[in-house]
Amino acid sequence: MKKSHWLGISAGALCMAAAIFTGTSSADAQDHRGGTMRLVAVGAGGTIDPQVNYTLQYWQLYQGLYDGLLNFKKGTGAEGFKVVPDIAEDMPQVADDGKTLIFKIRKGIKFSNGQELTTKDVVASFQRIFKVSSPTAGGFYSGIVGADKCLADAASCTLEGGVVADEAANTVTIHLTQPDAEIYYKLAVPHAVILPADSPTKDVGTAPLPGTGAYTIESYDPNKQLKIVRNPHFKEWSKDAQPDGYPDVVVMDFGLTDEAEVTAVANDQADWAFDPPPADRLAEIGTKYKDQVHVTPLTAMWYAPMNVNIPPFNNEKARQAVSYAIDRNAAVKLFGGKVLAQPVCQILPPGFPGNEPYCPFTKNPGGGKYNGPDMEMAKKLMEESGQKGQPVTVISEDSAVSKAVGTYLQSVLNELGFKAELKPISSNIQFTYIQNTNNKVQISVTQWYQDYPAASDFLNILFGCDSFHEGSDSSINIAGICDKEIDGKMKAALKLAVTDEAGANKMWAEIDKAMTDKAAAAILFTPKHVDFVSKRLGNFQFNPQYYFMVYQAWVQ
Amino acid sequence: MAASETSIGPVNPEPVGAVQRRPAAGPWVTAFRKLVRDKAAMAALLVFVLIVIGCSFAPYYASNVAHTFPFSSNLNGKVVINGEEQPVIEESTEGLGLGTTPIGPTWDIHGYFLGADDQGRDVLARMLYGGLNSLWIASASTIICLLFAAVLGVTAGFFGGMIDAVLSRILDVIWAFPIFLLAISLSIVLINSSIEIGPIVIRAGSLWLPIFIIGIVYVPYIARPIRGQVLSLKNSEFVLAAVGLGVPSHRILWKDILPNVATTLIVFVPLMMALNMVTESALSFLSIGVQPPDASWGTIIQDGQNLLYSRPMVALAPGLAIAVTVMTLNVFGDGVRDALDPRSKLRIGGD
Repeated sequence: MKKSHWLGISAGALCMAAAIFTGTSSADAQDHRGGTMRLVAVGAGGTIDPQVNYTLQYWQLYQGLYDGLLNFKKGTGAEGFKVVPDIAEDMPQVADDGKTLIFKIRKGIKFSNGQELTTKDVVASFQRIFKVSSPTAGGFYSGIVGADKCLADAASCTLEGGVVADEAANTVTIHLTQPDAEIYYKLAVPHAVILPADSPTKDVGTAPLPGTGAYTIESYDPNKQLKIVRNPHFKEWSKDAQPDGYPDVVVMDFGLTDEAEVTAVANDQADWAFDPPPADRLAEIGTKYKDQVHVTPLTAMWYAPMNVNIPPFNNEKARQAVSYAIDRNAAVKLFGGKVLAQPVCQILPPGFPGNEPYCPFTKNPGGGKYNGPDMEMAKKLMEESGQKGQPVTVISEDSAVSKAVGTYLQSVLNELGFKAELKPISSNIQFTYIQNTNNKVQISVTQWYQDYPAASDFLNILFGCDSFHEGSDSSINIAGICDKEIDGKMKAALKLAVTDEAGANKMWAEIDKAMTDKAAAAILFTPKHVDFVSKRLGNFQFNPQYYFMVYQAWVQ
Repeated sequence: MAASETSIGPVNPEPVGAVQRRPAAGPWVTAFRKLVRDKAAMAALLVFVLIVIGCSFAPYYASNVAHTFPFSSNLNGKVVINGEEQPVIEESTEGLGLGTTPIGPTWDIHGYFLGADDQGRDVLARMLYGGLNSLWIASASTIICLLFAAVLGVTAGFFGGMIDAVLSRILDVIWAFPIFLLAISLSIVLINSSIEIGPIVIRAGSLWLPIFIIGIVYVPYIARPIRGQVLSLKNSEFVLAAVGLGVPSHRILWKDILPNVATTLIVFVPLMMALNMVTESALSFLSIGVQPPDASWGTIIQDGQNLLYSRPMVALAPGLAIAVTVMTLNVFGDGVRDALDPRSKLRIGGD
């Protein structure tokens, strides 16, 4: 009793303290509410259409603008990878062995144009994914019943039998052709956001679409500025999915160089720079402005895909020779040093589901650690391959780091006996250029940042047979590898993940090793992200899915 | 007695025949003497020759003095400075430890005299090799340009009529484009593909591509004045006299026209070299000139652009080299022009 009485007092005191604390915290939050956050970027991110745009730059900003049925939790660390209900009241009711998902739609949510969100908007938004030829329409949403017809004839897409609304029950049911362990992630990315049913069924370009988020786009001029203001019709319904934000206005100015961005932030003329700081400013910001710098590990990789279908890299030994010869520590130096990147040999990034440390292309392999290049082995393999003297062209982006990595790669290839040349091409077109087999790209330098936290997003997407499309700009399997045996295992792992995630991850670890051994790409390093913010910017939080949570930071 | 007083009259009269026997200097010799007397031009030439000699020693310097291969990355290389081994690319150890910095100038001729670039390559060694390429491109493109310009200008001016009309319009079309826009456009289109003109094949990435492009884009700027000069010469008394005497056209062209045009072309040589060097640097800076791992002063400036804050010397050194070389060529070019221009003779009042 005495104990309970004490506990009662304690509990009461704690409640009071919590109330006082919460009150103070809330008052603080009110104090921080308002102001204009000024962001800067070298260039605009292209179309503002959330179902078409596929850039981190705008995916980061869409978080406060649009909502899907589900969303990634606005949290930090591993919490940020959790999928939570957003427009849906709760996580879906699953039936038919995972092939049917029933979502109950929240009531009272309004778009920024004042219109109330209904089940019709949800159905129309899923149809719109196909009508606007969203870049992931085939990759993410082809498993919805009726998607095949939509992919064949986008204009008349109805997704009949695939996405069904029940207005009376206020539910939307999604029918899948087969269970998909990653469907929640796919429904949480911006391509699946819910837009008004009367939205144009084509890419809107620079004309913003109304959303349901805490903010809305007031104006967008890709040559000048993107201006975001509060959504007057927003009322917070889920702190996890769509919390209210602090700044009243967020503007992103375009047209500065990355050097100028750093200077602007250092001088408090801007609050955050989207682009990574240039290499020669890193030491300066890491010392002089160290309190304004945030370094966060990413689930991403820099890699050099080698085309397995044309010489000289249709020879596995030639590919392995390159993988052995590359000094990943050197590549790390080009990225900014070991604080900013970690040398790796395998496809799945460290800490990612399915990752088991593995590094065969190094001196004294074993233990999964990278121990430096093995030039002796590389030269031996090169001799055996018979590819010495072959001309090779390295395609890099024209950005500073990509070009530097390309130059280094060229040097390594020449050392191995190839006749290598480097072609840096504009960052705007390089990624699509290297995907198209018509361009006969032999080796390139590129990066991959996860869409969602699943091993398949690296292995199946980048090295699966279904991701290879000859003559297309959208052939994300850049190496063009299609190993039927490994591909079969990937399909089996995807199936297993529906019922046994741990078992599936075990399988993905094996697949990762098998694909790494094939050396269809030389994996270079896992990068870290550097955010440089102004002195006045507070409450910086990093979400692993969408990075810096712009709207959760304050500027006053 | 002052020399000027001699002009009053022959104080010490010599036989008239003695003065007449003194051989008259020809126009070339006169021009050469004038050029040699031009101190600024000679100083400029001396500096230019030193630059050329310095660059010619690039292979020797790289392999025997600096012991480096400046076309390979050396990111994990080490260098000994004052008996202490230091990494060529140093990772930051202060603050958050962000970033890497290439070694700065060691001012030691035996290695990394001007420091390293972001690939850990010796900047001085690359500068010397780059200078060779820059000078080679500037010279070769000047020759191509003057050759084309001379042929087109003389043909258009001498033969006139339809030939002149057609050639002049072609030159007008090229002239209509802003020079850098044309050079950049041609470079972007051609730099990644080979050119095949009959037996002549220029492979992608070859130095002949910028040479060819730079040589072509400046042709109208030379061909036009040459054409004008030929038109004027065609109506001069000595040519009309030759025509009147029935001298064949090709002989008039060879004996009367070309020698007069040659002086103009010679004046253009250093000036065009300077201009072509700047153009080459601009194209290389934009990644559409000399292709890596080859270097030119333009590509080295581009390499240094990413190091402006931490290692400005990487961009400054080739920038200065271009500035000095272009200046010497321009000053020397002015000297050549003054020496060969008969009107300047009157101004100077010498020979």
